[in-house]
Amino acid sequence: MLTLECPYCGVKAEETELAAGGEAHLKRFGPGSSDADFDGYMFMRKNPKGVHFERWRHVYGCGKWFLAARDTATLEVFGTYPAQTSEPPAELQAKIKAKRPTWEGYK
Amino acid sequence: MSTRLSKGGRLIDRSKPLSFTFNGRRMSGYRGDTLASALLGADQMLMGRSFKYHRPRGVVASGAEEPNALVGLGEGARFEPNQRVTTTELFEGAAATTQNHWPSLEFDVGAINDRFARMLPGGFYYKTFMFPRFAWKHVFEPVIRQSAGLGKVPQERDADRYEYAYAFADVVVVGGGIAGLAAALQAGREGSRVLLIEQSGHWGGRAPVDGVVIDGRSAAEWVPATVAALSAMENVTLRLNTMASGLYDHGYLLAYERIADTTPGDGRPRHRLWRVRAGHVIAATGAIERPLSFAGNDVPGVMLAGAVRDYVVNWAISPGDRTVIVTNNDDAYRTALALLDAGLTVPAVIDARASVSGALPDAVRARGVRVLEGRAIGKVKGGKRVTCVSVCTFEGQGAEVEAIDCDAIAMSGGWSPVVHLWSHCGGKLNWDEAQAMFRPDAARPPTGADGKGMVTAVGSANGALTADAVLADVAAQIGGEALATNAVAEAPLRPVWIMPQGAGPELRMKMWLDYQNDVKVSDVQLAAREGYHSVEHTKRYTTLGMATDQGKLSNINGLAVLSDALNQAIPQTGTTTFRPPYTPISMGAIAGEARGEIFQPLRKTPMDGWHEANGAYFEPVGLWRRPYCYQRPGETAHQAVNREVKNVRQALGLLDASTLGKIIVKGPDAGKFLDMLYTGVMSTLPVGKCRYGLMCTENGFLSDDGVVARIDEDTWLCHTTSGGADRIHAWMEDWLQCEWWDWKVYTANVTEEYAQIAVVGPNARKLLEKMGGMDVSREALPFMEWRDGSLGGFRARVYRISFSGELSYEIAVPASEGRAFWDALVAAGQEFGLMPYGTEALHVLRAEKGFIMIGDETDGTVIPQDLNMAWAISKKKPDYLGKRAQERSFMASPDRWTLVGLETLDGSVLPDCAYAVADGVNANGQRNVQGRVTSTYFSPTLGKGIAMGLVKHGPARMGEVLEFPGDGGKVFKARIVDQVFYDKEGAKQNV
Repeated sequence: MLTLECPYCGVKAEETELAAGGEAHLKRFGPGSSDADFDGYMFMRKNPKGVHFERWRHVYGCGKWFLAARDTATLEVFGTYPAQTSEPPAELQAKIKAKRPTWEGYK
Repeated sequence: MSTRLSKGGRLIDRSKPLSFTFNGRRMSGYRGDTLASALLGADQMLMGRSFKYHRPRGVVASGAEEPNALVGLGEGARFEPNQRVTTTELFEGAAATTQNHWPSLEFDVGAINDRFARMLPGGFYYKTFMFPRFAWKHVFEPVIRQSAGLGKVPQERDADRYEYAYAFADVVVVGGGIAGLAAALQAGREGSRVLLIEQSGHWGGRAPVDGVVIDGRSAAEWVPATVAALSAMENVTLRLNTMASGLYDHGYLLAYERIADTTPGDGRPRHRLWRVRAGHVIAATGAIERPLSFAGNDVPGVMLAGAVRDYVVNWAISPGDRTVIVTNNDDAYRTALALLDAGLTVPAVIDARASVSGALPDAVRARGVRVLEGRAIGKVKGGKRVTCVSVCTFEGQGAEVEAIDCDAIAMSGGWSPVVHLWSHCGGKLNWDEAQAMFRPDAARPPTGADGKGMVTAVGSANGALTADAVLADVAAQIGGEALATNAVAEAPLRPVWIMPQGAGPELRMKMWLDYQNDVKVSDVQLAAREGYHSVEHTKRYTTLGMATDQGKLSNINGLAVLSDALNQAIPQTGTTTFRPPYTPISMGAIAGEARGEIFQPLRKTPMDGWHEANGAYFEPVGLWRRPYCYQRPGETAHQAVNREVKNVRQALGLLDASTLGKIIVKGPDAGKFLDMLYTGVMSTLPVGKCRYGLMCTENGFLSDDGVVARIDEDTWLCHTTSGGADRIHAWMEDWLQCEWWDWKVYTANVTEEYAQIAVVGPNARKLLEKMGGMDVSREALPFMEWRDGSLGGFRARVYRISFSGELSYEIAVPASEGRAFWDALVAAGQEFGLMPYGTEALHVLRAEKGFIMIGDETDGTVIPQDLNMAWAISKKKPDYLGKRAQERSFMASPDRWTLVGLETLDGSVLPDCAYAVADGVNANGQRNVQGRVTSTYFSPTLGKGIAMGLVKHGPARMGEVLEFPGDGGKVFKARIVDQVFYDKEGAKQNV
């Protein structure tokens, strides 16, 4: 039962208050995209053992979607941030890089 | 025989006798007894039969690790199977019954299995699958089903209540032995918020029994003094009878508190499940003694050495007049001393080590007890009770060197740290060669949200087995000073996994590893020979460690035997996974308060009370309850549905449609947003009009449908299915917050703000005109439009939409006025033949019209095109959710199953979900199929069965007859027809 801090309301929320939404920072491919691009967007997920960016919704709280960076193996949470962004905040990326030097980035 | 000693017993109160029954026989014990000690005190060593071979079994342990002595406890609504007698506190009137035997504990027919043990080897269950099919069906399955399962299932509803509780602590100390007490004291002094929990009803763990002296005071003095000091600290909470069941992500700890087990019916919750958020966990969970594997080590009277000591010291129990000790370590000599102190006889200590010296063995020798070095037990003699041991050399194959008469055996194969809590959330273990044990690897702890270790294992749980080592470990890891103890030096143990080491097959077949699941040394060795090299596979193949005790006694011995058979080191074999709960917890505690009416929320519409008072037969729709139909006296539900359908077609029906989802979508970009959400165009919908729309997932499949109304320039009201409102609202928010966050749109789920009533049938307009207040004529309120106004004095929003094909108005009023409005319609409608109708009539009415229902015609694999609904998909829009997916070649294939109507040749009703068969068989030898039924009803309007289904090339095959096999060999023949069975032109709804 993870605890994640909601970046909107500041509540340190327990997993029962949250709904998981899968991998974050997916790029949507719509009409006109290639089969391979659409397939990748629709189905292919990284599922790493290690640093992972995830979508969470504070569903039994403020109702907002936010994003979290955590290590799926150690369960360390590097940080949470609002969903209205197309890439993780630079300082969060630097923090992860410092802790996990072999990390290859969020893309 | 086992008896109660005339004096001693530090936990019992001889002035408080208690009576209880065992298999109906009246027995007595004392307050402070466990069921185990009370039974031993009454010379009841035989406490059950084993699971597979039905061998007689007695108690082996004195605590939570007990594998054998499981009983059914209580009666009727308080009956619970598989209760360990060792952890069951005795109370007045307790009733225990033994398990796994017929007709009686003493004489059991199933014990014949023991004679045929050769036919029930490891993996026996899986091997039965490999026989011819008839053998499984007619021979093995009936027999296995008869004998499977431990204990009996309770037959009555649980009479007790249970609850959840929540706690937060900086430090949770698990285990109230001296390690836990010392650690809690240190953490408490540092000012942390501390929660200290202990699974048993007593503080101090083994220390008082083992005669530990701490800081110049006996454990009997030091423990209560320390507990008093902790109790005096405001930042420390102590709880007895509370077992840490499991540790989960980020310091989430489940603990199981037993409150009212001994006082049934006193009004308190029986058990409490604590959900604790721990900043840090100190696992002071102690160690469990390992049995030794010698032939006959399961005969009643063979017990763990530490347990024998517990029974003597704690409960003044003599396990027998003559107790032989068998060991590979020094600790078991403490048991010899305890027995001697109680005036009992220890004929010999059998020690596998070649030469034994040191303070403890010397003390035993000084009392005149023979210590047999380099010896082992060849076999145990006795059936329902130990009578004699055959002693052999440990290095040999079991040839008897002497026989010693005895009526109990105290065995010790060393101790294994309780590493469960450490391991639950990913903590890793190291194999400690010197002590022959797995212990926590401090460098690889389970980690918390900060990436740092969230558990510290201390004391015996960390492999520190003597009192001075325990306290030194706490001081080193938690802080404070290590207090001095009276501990003496102990010689290293000798790892012993079977005894004698050269035992042949005959002996190995009688060496039990897992008592509860009847797994022997020979079974694990057989598994290894048959190719089971992974410990996880061997566990499942042999069932080693899979019983309710989860292998607390057997795991280490089992994997050592496996390692030996595979000729590899123990750490290479590794352990199986430690999973919660640590010991079984009651189903009641898991459910907590969530049972009966509050198992889940029940959503009721404003008119629910009327339905209940008027014969409604309810059905669940999501969390809602809705009337399926309204039964009149003497009427079956089917007859009621038929009556309701006919009345709607001929006169006037009233439907409570309040559960329909209602979501407001508002803002300058709302139209653009809805154009993405729906397959059709909603942005062009004029104010005052309604349009039916479909929503698809991004994968192209149909997800929801409903009518959208344009309320004003930047406001739309989206109706969803009854079960779909919350899901669709969340879906909208997801896209608005995460993908199109710059679009100016707001959503609000207003489902429960309105009561919605459908007034349906040829007389619908007459009723509304009688109510009065607004113009509901065809001209003023045409089909697929809506108006605000008032009806009979109620503020109303009236939609002219129809899900039945009849003249129909859906009227939304404020939820608070819903019941009054319903009552007013019912009263005014009598002259027009008004009857309420339920969800089943709604379904029949829509099916007669060929309207689809989400969840019937759709199942997550159906696209709108499959349902001939290309008309609801905009060709002009560049994009909508699901559009790209629907462009994939498979979605555009002409071979997809497509919606048609189905009509049986004889008018009967097709079975739900039936498949239409085609010629030939598929690669699996199964009959090919070419379609399936999605909706099927008896139509009272047409007087015959009607159905819809998805059929390959369906619309092109009108008139063709398909075959649908039903139950019992019956085959239904149905003709493919148009899906609209009634009023194809739509003349009746548009009047």
